[in-house]
Amino acid sequence: MSKLGIVMVSHVPELVYGISRLLNEVAKDVSITIAGGTDDNEIGTSFAKIEEAFEKNEGEKLLAFYDLGSAKMNLEMAMEMTDKEVVLYDTAFVESAYTAAALVQAGAAFDMIDAQLQPLKVK
Amino acid sequence: MNVEQTTKWLALFAAKINDNKQYLSDLDSAIGDGDHGMNMARGTTEMQKALEEKQPDTLMDIFKLAGMQLVSKVGGASGPLYGSAFLGMAKAAKDSDDLATILEAGLEGIQKRGKAVAGEKTMIDTWVPVIAAVKANELTKEVVEQAAQSTIDMQATKGRASYLGERSIGHLDPGSVSSQYLFETMIEAGVINE
Ligand SMILES: Nc1ncnc2c1ncn2[C@@H]1O[C@H](COP(=O)(O)OP(=O)(O)OP(=O)(O)O)[C@@H](O)[C@H]1O
Ligand SMILES: [Mg+2]
Repeated sequence: MSKLGIVMVSHVPELVYGISRLLNEVAKDVSITIAGGTDDNEIGTSFAKIEEAFEKNEGEKLLAFYDLGSAKMNLEMAMEMTDKEVVLYDTAFVESAYTAAALVQAGAAFDMIDAQLQPLKVK
Repeated sequence: MNVEQTTKWLALFAAKINDNKQYLSDLDSAIGDGDHGMNMARGTTEMQKALEEKQPDTLMDIFKLAGMQLVSKVGGASGPLYGSAFLGMAKAAKDSDDLATILEAGLEGIQKRGKAVAGEKTMIDTWVPVIAAVKANELTKEVVEQAAQSTIDMQATKGRASYLGERSIGHLDPGSVSSQYLFETMIEAGVINE
């Protein structure tokens, strides 16, 4: 079973930072990496920050969550260029990242986590 | 199309984006987050700098360098979208110098990335009629402007503006206008004769 990790992408650095704090509380052993804002920490998303979040994550298989629009497009570009296996979720951002983090911490298998996330699809 | 025309084209495009960045951001303020002009200008300025420094000498290398710069510097949806367009054009330019073929590959790149089709009030609504006109040998600046203007009456169903629903009707789509500049400068650079 490959080790799971979580990646979160948002337009605002504080947003993913804040959610990662929320997740860390219940998932202290899970590798969670974030990409918030543009390269200059302005509002937007950064392809380079996403590549770095993939790189730095200790997971072999990554579950990726995002807020809006270009976050998804940049995630998909980065997915095409990484060697890691990344699964992208069009799900409610906070709820699904939290669900995934809690289940990874509890040692749940990917298929079970994936099934739990499906009903949270909103976009 | 050749290297000299294409180099001139992208230089004119970068200049036009820079001259009109405030206007593009104003359009985006009405139905989005007000950053389209600043996003694009950041990307095209870096793109132009890189093109001048490296002086790529094939169509493929020009489009590839332009695409990579836009992907990494723009910061909004237009980054991966224009980036994917140019990267698609680079791939097509490997075996072809036919303008319609190359532009079609660009459009495919945008659609692969953004999953939008014509009529959703996005830059695609400029690209689709422009490519049809290139194929029919009927491309003029009027055709280009008309294509961008057609987005006014549309309701956005992709991108930031889609969150406004019916409220997005009655406004010009900012990405369609930056694409209008792309194709107007293509004509100005002599890539195609009006
Ligand atoms: N899915 C899409 N397909 C094609 N074009 C799109 C799509 N989404 C947005 N656009 C185009 O991008 C333009 C907006 O670009 P801009 O640089 O302002 O990105 P943004 O919407 O602010 O990005 P973000 O998603 O980061 O909020 C729109 O005017 C539209 O033409
Ligand atoms: Mg915008």
